[in-house]
Amino acid sequence: MTFEDWIFAIHLLFAATLVGSLVMSWIVVVSMRTADTPDATLNLHRVGLVATGATIIGLAGAITLGIWLAILRVDFHPWDGWVIGAIVLWSIATVALLRSFVEYAKPIDKAKALVASGQTGSSMELTALNRTATGLLLRVVASAAIVLIVVDMIWKPGA
Amino acid sequence: MLAAIRPDIQSFALLLHLVGATVVFGALLASATSIVLARGDTRLLRLGYFSLLLVGLPGLILLRLAGQWLYQLQKWNDLPSQFARPTWLDIGFIVADWGGILFLLALVLGGIGVHRLRNDRGGTLLLRATMVISLVLIVGYVVAVWAMTGKPS
Repeated sequence: MTFEDWIFAIHLLFAATLVGSLVMSWIVVVSMRTADTPDATLNLHRVGLVATGATIIGLAGAITLGIWLAILRVDFHPWDGWVIGAIVLWSIATVALLRSFVEYAKPIDKAKALVASGQTGSSMELTALNRTATGLLLRVVASAAIVLIVVDMIWKPGA
Repeated sequence: MLAAIRPDIQSFALLLHLVGATVVFGALLASATSIVLARGDTRLLRLGYFSLLLVGLPGLILLRLAGQWLYQLQKWNDLPSQFARPTWLDIGFIVADWGGILFLLALVLGGIGVHRLRNDRGGTLLLRATMVISLVLIVGYVVAVWAMTGKPS
């Protein structure tokens, strides 16, 4: 394997980590929609934290090595249309994900407040926060952007 | 240039194969993490199992079928006798096929574990076995991604 091959392989490992972690976070998001107690919410949050960490690592690694690869490779350039398209989509996904983290922090704060006040039973307000429509929409936008990046990487339109 | 080398139908098969792979990978991550962090919590133990069954298994089926389709589209099944199949392809088959058997074993053990949980007859140990298999498969998938992208042979 050449140096470029290694960078490409590691770039794809970061990309796989990113997409895999998004799948994992979707599993958590769907589970949270039926979580109505502080315990259930906080337990799912612990799993969600691992997904969030992997997402951030995947985002950072994929973009860094992707741009590096575009510079290294003779047949690609960072100013190629499909490369710029991927960077734009990556930016959309990143902003949407960071905003979704803020949305999904709200039920966690609520759950901690309920536990602190000794309320461990079912809470309708907590359930509503776990089912945040804004958070869900942001996740959908981020996921769609990531899927489009994968399509862009495979077809490389205009290359 | 690179895009022109691969016909659209192959690109579509590759897309499906990648979608399947990342879905399985995500389900394995979710499963292993849930069971590791469960600390006996039934909900998380069940999440660990059902992540594999409801998300991972369909992903695995998609990965394998799309991979086979791409294999045939690229005519790897029609290599002249003087050429051997490349190592990276063999690694992919090993991870998909032998890994698939391990995956099914994880589902069987986890299924029994979840059933026992429901009847208050333990089951945590079996779900930990599911978690260990998930972790092994995660490593296998990392190796497969490295091999199939870097193509070391």
